[in-house]
Amino acid sequence: MRLDILSSLNTERAARRAVVIVTDVASGEQRLVKATDMKADPLADLLDKRLRSGKSGMEDTPQGNVFLTVYVPPPKLVITGAVHISQALGPMAKMLGYDVTIVDPRTAFATPERFPDVKVLAQWPDDALPSLGIDRYTAFVALTHDPKIDDPALIHALSRECFYIGALGSKRTHGRRVERLKAQGIDDNQLARIHAPIGLSIGAASPPEIAVAIMAEIIARLRQSPEVKA
Amino acid sequence: MLARDEDILKAAEDWRKAGRGVALATVVQTWGSAPRPVGSNLVVDEEGNFLGSVSGGCVEGDVITEALDVIGSGKPKTLEFGVADETAWRAGLSCGGTIRVYVERVE
Repeated sequence: MRLDILSSLNTERAARRAVVIVTDVASGEQRLVKATDMKADPLADLLDKRLRSGKSGMEDTPQGNVFLTVYVPPPKLVITGAVHISQALGPMAKMLGYDVTIVDPRTAFATPERFPDVKVLAQWPDDALPSLGIDRYTAFVALTHDPKIDDPALIHALSRECFYIGALGSKRTHGRRVERLKAQGIDDNQLARIHAPIGLSIGAASPPEIAVAIMAEIIARLRQSPEVKA
Repeated sequence: MLARDEDILKAAEDWRKAGRGVALATVVQTWGSAPRPVGSNLVVDEEGNFLGSVSGGCVEGDVITEALDVIGSGKPKTLEFGVADETAWRAGLSCGGTIRVYVERVE
């Protein structure tokens, strides 16, 4: 690999932008394709498919065998609510390679003692979220049950196209949430992106079990193509 | 702490910029059960220092030896490891899989 390609790769990764390296297996020739340049590339369709799955692999093309190394940014998880579920979900997500941040303005909840291993911000979402660089490689989870905290955060997450957005609450609670968000101008397509009730249906009862259900749903969203129902 | 991909590639860049010979190994194909997914990286410098992994630790030794050769020659190599391979007795994958690893010099 040429040093300039390696440097660009590292620059793109540091900026949390996806990149694919195309290697001609026979000649060893390489090029770097940035996410923004992908549509114009001769292998556009293949690259797009690879990018969505996040999986590297060999491809047989008219130009010969190529290896596509896919570099998508490491996933992030942002949670509102320094609650009991978060105490299990935070460390679990961290173990799975996510950068985890928990936001909760209630200082009694958002303490380092309760969350020794993950970043906790005792701030309102409006203050904390813009600086977290929430993007399409971010999963967002609203767990406070408090509209004052969860609603503005959900609106921010929707605007940043998070790959997963989930909100705690029964169907009834979510129904009321939908009404509130509609009143703030969020349309039906956007609202349909919120997973609520949150998590896979596995009969989870305890907070750690609910955390497993949420994490499983996030992984399904990340790893399976959008057509596949989680 | 496990080295993450971004740390591995940053190290490759830093090592090369510091004037060291560096090779990058990438898992390009796997068959059967393989411990590290396609796309996994391992970087090696001319002294055999390395970061990352291409298997659960069973073939890294061989990859590093080959990488030193690639650093010297500049010629990329594709290595294959698995139970069907005669090197299996030396550096086999006990999980029964086969992996192909592409090793290239950072120019």
